[in-house]
Amino acid sequence: MGNYKSTLLDPLIDKNPITFHILGICSALAVTSRLETSIVMSIAVIFVLSMSNFSISLIRNHMPGSIRILIEMTIIASLVIIADQVIKAFAYQISKQLSVYVGLIITNCILMGRAEAFASKNTPVKSLVDGFGNALGYSCVLIAIGTIRELVGTGKLLGFTVLPVVTDGGWYVPNGLFLLAPSAFFLIGLLIWAIRTWKPEQQEKD
Amino acid sequence: MEDYLSLFIKAVFIENMALAFFLGMCTFLAVSKRIETAVGLGLAVVVVQTITVPLNNIIYNYLLKEGALWWIGLEDHDLTFLGLITYIGVIAAAVQVLEMVLDRFVPKLYNALGIFLPLITVNCAILGGSLFMVEREYTFPESIVFGLGSGTGFALAIIALAGVRDKLKYSNVPAGLRGLGITFITVGLIAIAFMLFSGIQL
Repeated sequence: MGNYKSTLLDPLIDKNPITFHILGICSALAVTSRLETSIVMSIAVIFVLSMSNFSISLIRNHMPGSIRILIEMTIIASLVIIADQVIKAFAYQISKQLSVYVGLIITNCILMGRAEAFASKNTPVKSLVDGFGNALGYSCVLIAIGTIRELVGTGKLLGFTVLPVVTDGGWYVPNGLFLLAPSAFFLIGLLIWAIRTWKPEQQEKD
Repeated sequence: MEDYLSLFIKAVFIENMALAFFLGMCTFLAVSKRIETAVGLGLAVVVVQTITVPLNNIIYNYLLKEGALWWIGLEDHDLTFLGLITYIGVIAAAVQVLEMVLDRFVPKLYNALGIFLPLITVNCAILGGSLFMVEREYTFPESIVFGLGSGTGFALAIIALAGVRDKLKYSNVPAGLRGLGITFITVGLIAIAFMLFSGIQL
């Protein structure tokens, strides 16, 4: 049982897919300018990663090695299409804001990385837990960055005013840089710095 | 003609795949340690992007779009939901074919590109290029220009980053920031530099 727990909890901080393995950064940076999109993206990734890990693990003993990657790609692509269609059906506005990034979950390296490194060697249930844990670790980073960017950039969270901005008669002057692309790089850089100072064993040797 | 030039400049500088849309970040960060490898990958991206974007444009316009199947008499079919799986299949196939063609006819270039060609299949910049092409409804000539431009932009960004990282080796970076952390911050600064191009219209 302890095995499952570490499979689930390790990816949250110790082996976080974004800050430790450097996987799946593209979408992590692009959708985090608002908290709402970050949350929807997180849910989509949790669904796709858990299900892809589970299904790939189910057929892991029947896949010929030479076309393994092709099969994995097809499974992942089908799951992403499901996620994409569901988001389009129930949250059309958000799907417009997420633009191409839901589709890009296919090429998100976390999926192939976990499928290759874990799901092709472990039992279905364990792979499901691993996929869920990794997606959760990814979501933590996404939501943390999304919160900071939306709060500092607009003074709002999920559309509700937290810091009243000057244009509405408040006191807070929004920092527009946080809505732009470079701020995401800085924030992830600083986040990695913080985690690696806290856990020195993750530091890279030159 | 000016439209195309403007689109090209926009794809290279203003809407740079790597720095403005964060596409292809994984390879962008992993392969930018040395300038030679960065040049190799950049070249491969330009080639593959210029082939796959127009290819997917044809497939989208004549197979997938709503009413696109008129030429075989199926007028009210909408297959756009198959888009994602089709594009990734086309990209994988194009990369495979390109690899075989290069191996047969231009072995020198094949050796120079090395392992980067197969890696490109899972590069989000390539799939992203096709998805942007669909979202912005580019025509066929526009899609060629866009593919070439976005590939060039990615190559430019990764070579620039590799150059900076090369110099960075001599700096004393705080322990926790070494490697990945400082690279992120460097990319952020390069992205700010690229933002200066915004608003340029030709």
